Amino acid sequence: MRDFKDTALLQVEGLTKRYGARIGCADVSFDLWPGEVLGIVGESGSGKSTLLSCLAGHLTPDHGRVLYQGRDTLAMNEPERRVLGRTDWAFVHQNPRDGLRMGVSAGGNVGERLMAVGARNYGAIREAATDWLARVEIDAGRIDDRPRQFSGGMQQRLQIARNLVTGPKLVFMDEPTGGLDVSVQARLLDLLRGLVRDMGLSVILVTHDLAVARLLADRLMVMQGGHVIEHGLTDQVLDDPQAPYTQLLVSSVLQV
Amino acid sequence: MIEIENLSKSFTLHNQGGATIPVMAGAHLSVAPGECVALTGASGAGKSTLMRMIWGNYLAASGSIRVGGLDITRAAPREIIALRRDTLGYVSQFLRVVPRVPTLRVVAEPLLSLGTPEAQAEARAAELLAQLNIPERLWSLSPTTFSGGEQQRVNIARGFVHGYPALLLDEPTASLDATNREVVLRLIEDAKARGAAIVGIFHDEAARARVCDREVDVTGFTPAAARGAA
Repeated sequence: MRDFKDTALLQVEGLTKRYGARIGCADVSFDLWPGEVLGIVGESGSGKSTLLSCLAGHLTPDHGRVLYQGRDTLAMNEPERRVLGRTDWAFVHQNPRDGLRMGVSAGGNVGERLMAVGARNYGAIREAATDWLARVEIDAGRIDDRPRQFSGGMQQRLQIARNLVTGPKLVFMDEPTGGLDVSVQARLLDLLRGLVRDMGLSVILVTHDLAVARLLADRLMVMQGGHVIEHGLTDQVLDDPQAPYTQLLVSSVLQV
Repeated sequence: MIEIENLSKSFTLHNQGGATIPVMAGAHLSVAPGECVALTGASGAGKSTLMRMIWGNYLAASGSIRVGGLDITRAAPREIIALRRDTLGYVSQFLRVVPRVPTLRVVAEPLLSLGTPEAQAEARAAELLAQLNIPERLWSLSPTTFSGGEQQRVNIARGFVHGYPALLLDEPTASLDATNREVVLRLIEDAKARGAAIVGIFHDEAARARVCDREVDVTGFTPAAARGAA
């Protein structure tokens, strides 16, 4: 169940990243609350991936603050940030190859994250890995197979298991259903919705697919040229868009 | 329970020359617990627009919409999300679900998001699906492949699975046969009896006469009518 607390999980203030003279993202501010899914939509080059990378600490912004549970993540030292990345945070890449170790077995991929946070008992780690493979609908018999023997959809589900096994609070997702067949996408969307609800996850989801945004996100931010040009309840932004660009974006899609 | 004051709405079409089209002005509506109010008026008069503004997916230009004390026009997204979870239900004409999710789960979902244990939520969902004559062999299938009438009934089951204190109903009896129409009308009567405030659009005149306490013609809320009254 999603519970509401009175403090935001993540507070972002005036986040700006430039690549030389070009704007990556400019002056982005928002709060993310526990259990909330925030979708970031926009065309390629709109700055949504840059923003996600700055939030997750993969890129250093030029200005602004990212407070996680009140702590300034940009002011943290590298070991502190690494601990956060292994415990409270998770990052699901568009391409599973960026988030998995392709030479390590499926069970190893999941178990490795547990070991990184101190798990040592082999039996318990294997049991947790088996449990998580089942939760993402991967047959237990595939636990010793390597991810390169898996289909794209299975690889993506394995990446999700690897990320969620440590029980994070905040998950960054970069086009998690991109590059998958429509039927595989649907299965993944169902899985993600269930996990978000059952684990009370907060999610920042970057996607260019408005149908995916409608089904997963509570709120949407629309980006264009590095700026957030519209922000609101998902169905309000999609059904009654206010900004010229959002109107164009929504009207260009075949039924969402 | 639902209080609307001096509500107005306009659409600005930025990609069609920036034309601003005022569609509503000076709308007032008050719905008490246990009351069902029908919105009437010709097609295009603004019935659906008003419903969507109450639901919060259309923004108001001015005025206020209070549901259970929360002003939708000023509320933060997360407050509206919470309101939709506990207080405000909506049976729309279209079923919008994640493909592949079984019908039983689609119907149980509003209860699951309220934290109801799975077994209890699914038992309640099963009860409603049975009442609405959806054959049990379909419950494990996704409703995306169902007929229009079946989808409509799944939507209704989902909208009535939790006892929302306020309900929006968009043509709840459209495309239903006589038996299922009767089931839906009883569900509406039961909701009223437990104190739900209901706003609905009913083209089915007999249904409207039976479950609605009042009719409000939204033609009175068009900008032209508002100018005439001023």
